[in-house]
Amino acid sequence: MENVEKPRWRLVKTDNPPFWVKPLIPVLALIGTFILTSVLILLADANPFEAYYYFLFAPLENQVSLLEVLVKSTPLIITGVAVTYAFATGYYNIGAEGQLYAGAIAATGIGMAMHGIPAIVALPLMIVGGFVAGMAWALIPALLKVKLAVDEVVTTLLMNSVMAYIVSAILNGPWRDPNSGWPQSPDIAPSAVFFKLIPRSRLNFGFILAVVLILILWIVMTRTSFGLKMRAVGLGKPAAKFAGIKVERTILTAALISGGIAGIAGVAEVAGIHFHLIGEISPGYGYTGVIIATLGALNAFGVGLAALFFGLVETGAQTLSRALGVPVYLGQVTQATMLLVALGMLLLQRYKFRRM
Amino acid sequence: MYIVEMQKVTKIFGELVANDHVDFQLRKGEIHALLGENGAGKTTLMRILYGLYQQTTGDIFIDGEKVTINSPKDAIKKGVGMVTQHFALVPPMTVAENVVLGYTDSFVLDQAAIEKKVGEAADQFSLDINPKSIVRHLSVGQRQRVEILKALYRNAKVLILDEPTAVLVPQEVDSLFETLNRLRKDDLSVIFISHKLDEVTKITDRVTVLRDGKSIGTVDTVNVTQKQLAAMMVGRDTFGVTRQTEINPDNKKILEVEDLCALDDKGLPALKNLKLSIRSGEILGIAGVGGNGQKELAEILSGVKSPTSGVLKINDKNLVGKDPSDFSKMGMGRIPEDRHEGVVGDLTVYENLALEHLDEYSKNGFLDKQAIRKNAEELIKNFQIKAKPSDRIRTLSGGNMQKVLLARVLSRQPEVVIAPQPTRGLDVGATEYVRQQLLEQRSRGAAVMLISEDLDEILSISDRIAVIYEGEIVGTINAQDATPEKLGLMMSGALREEA
Ligand SMILES: Nc1ncnc2c1ncn2[C@@H]1O[C@H](COP(=O)(O)OP(=O)(O)O)[C@@H](O)[C@H]1O
Ligand SMILES: [Mg+2]
Repeated sequence: MENVEKPRWRLVKTDNPPFWVKPLIPVLALIGTFILTSVLILLADANPFEAYYYFLFAPLENQVSLLEVLVKSTPLIITGVAVTYAFATGYYNIGAEGQLYAGAIAATGIGMAMHGIPAIVALPLMIVGGFVAGMAWALIPALLKVKLAVDEVVTTLLMNSVMAYIVSAILNGPWRDPNSGWPQSPDIAPSAVFFKLIPRSRLNFGFILAVVLILILWIVMTRTSFGLKMRAVGLGKPAAKFAGIKVERTILTAALISGGIAGIAGVAEVAGIHFHLIGEISPGYGYTGVIIATLGALNAFGVGLAALFFGLVETGAQTLSRALGVPVYLGQVTQATMLLVALGMLLLQRYKFRRM
Repeated sequence: MYIVEMQKVTKIFGELVANDHVDFQLRKGEIHALLGENGAGKTTLMRILYGLYQQTTGDIFIDGEKVTINSPKDAIKKGVGMVTQHFALVPPMTVAENVVLGYTDSFVLDQAAIEKKVGEAADQFSLDINPKSIVRHLSVGQRQRVEILKALYRNAKVLILDEPTAVLVPQEVDSLFETLNRLRKDDLSVIFISHKLDEVTKITDRVTVLRDGKSIGTVDTVNVTQKQLAAMMVGRDTFGVTRQTEINPDNKKILEVEDLCALDDKGLPALKNLKLSIRSGEILGIAGVGGNGQKELAEILSGVKSPTSGVLKINDKNLVGKDPSDFSKMGMGRIPEDRHEGVVGDLTVYENLALEHLDEYSKNGFLDKQAIRKNAEELIKNFQIKAKPSDRIRTLSGGNMQKVLLARVLSRQPEVVIAPQPTRGLDVGATEYVRQQLLEQRSRGAAVMLISEDLDEILSISDRIAVIYEGEIVGTINAQDATPEKLGLMMSGALREEA
């Protein structure tokens, strides 16, 4: 008699995950992240439960830090939305960071010229200017992609480094602050500053802009013919082409919209937070936007929620570091872990266990 | 005593019962057909015997002894060999190397010695094959012979052939049958999987018919007619559709193709001065062995590939240089060759149905969701699609997916219908439905092109048949003059016939 191989549990692929899997993913991702990061928190000599209390709940307990969560979320929402347009179309724009700076440069340039011009003119000018600048910065990789099939992941990423040099060149050259001599531009005109939503907080018009961009994203994706074209191209290029959709044109348009919106994130940071251009306007909002778009499953409200959550974690990381004396980096580590865990789960939801 | 006996074998995939308490007995020295429509469970049953799957329940006996087969290795040890449609050969290696691959203990191969051994084995089984040949240079029929030799070399007593003729031209089929007859004389047992009745009656001793995973019965081949076998296979007496009326030769030429040249994906010539035309109310069948330019022809006629030169006209209007949306606007009804690449799997049925004509379904850039849904509901009803408008299309069966694509195209009453391999992988019911639809298009006056590798399909509904070989039409004949033999000769490039 031969030895029989016993049935054992195996992973098999399934096309139809049950309906309860999707809502479970964020919860499980959170638990998974908690377990993994706990190790690090323990190494930093802190109590993980206490740490997570500071991370997730403490910022919600008083108005100041609650508003700060919204402030921190603003650029993340905008870059998340920007990246979503591209990713939904199957164009992997990793260049939101550079596009954000392009928008920031434009906003600063326009903003500095707005002395004596009313806000009603200045603000739209800056927003449009930032959008166009972001678009322009996204143009070259997009053209390379549709005309020569050059991989956009590489080119958009490279454009970020190029932009970093440009910003530094501008700040050390023409826009260097004449008073201090620092690499920092002069301030924009007062009329070009985004108005505050709540006095004496940092929460400003940029947040409204972010919310509007979410709504527009939702409408475009679910209600417009262009949104359906983008999704069709993103989900099945050959089928889209076969059905007569102009695939290249759709990708190009989506890539430019994506760059333009990332540019608006730069406008919001200049006009709402810093009021001048510095090299550190963004601590990687463009890259975090990729994470947020992915975690939000390229869904408008998912992106909004993911961005708010990241804003919370970032605010919490500061509270935490103050309270327990652990490094602020823990916030970034947590965000990155969260992404990896969530990506793993998104992959795993296509599988099920089966005994065979 | 049977050399192989399978008792009440059941195999369940998720919810699907692929084999349902199947009994199967194989005698020594017989050729035994496993007959059934696509999806009947033939391959699954044999994959169980060859150790590629484990049965959910049921027992297998070899030479009267109960066995457990966990892997093809076990199967080979017990004398069972299997040849599938997709050969597992290494193209740059010689025949001899391929035959011994994975079956020698020595790490270094002694070329001369293995060539001699393999050559002897080939002689022993009268398989006409040169052990020194490089597999890459062999025809499909020869490669199949290598696979058979590979199994015999491993002392197979039972040889499973899964649809061995599907990839062959008729002449190669004859030579395969000679080989099988000789093997039978050597007391080898052959399991011959097929859904082709003429082959089954021609070569086998007994037939086991599978239908929907169940065994319908085993009969001696001499005692049954093809009609009876067909009835067992599909569960009713008549099947198949055929054209009814003759076509009027005065009908206008709708589609014209002249001197069409194109390259394949590797940049090699795929179409060479191809010429054909189709009249209104006519079905032109394009017959040929796969890979002779059919794919490129279909892609060009669908507007997704550009020819390098040539003329392509619908109603005297030029199509070269136009894009797919121009094609559909100008009356080309295009059914994609690969269903799964023709639909966007993660979009819904109603979205996929609207995709080709989005400008009609939107106002000022906004989708007219009501119109889209109404259209979907109508088409689902008219084309008997088993799905809800909001189902993701990738959850549909192949047949229903194909119906969605047909509905999208045919509801527009196009003047030309391009149907490449439209029934590939579909079950009988869906196949019949698709052919019926093509015939209805013909009656409506459309010019229909049916590209198919299934000769029966071509013969049953075409008015004229053009044979494609190495990118050229080597002949066009009227359907009533066509026989499988004649088409087979043309398909293998041995015969040219000017219409
Ligand atoms: N690995 C598998 N997983 C799930 N379903 C399968 C698998 N293999 C075959 N099937 C299903 O089992 C049924 C029988 O398939 P098969 O044995 O290939 O039929 P046949 O060879 O007679 O055409 C079909 O419905 C097929 O889709
Ligand atoms: Mg099969």
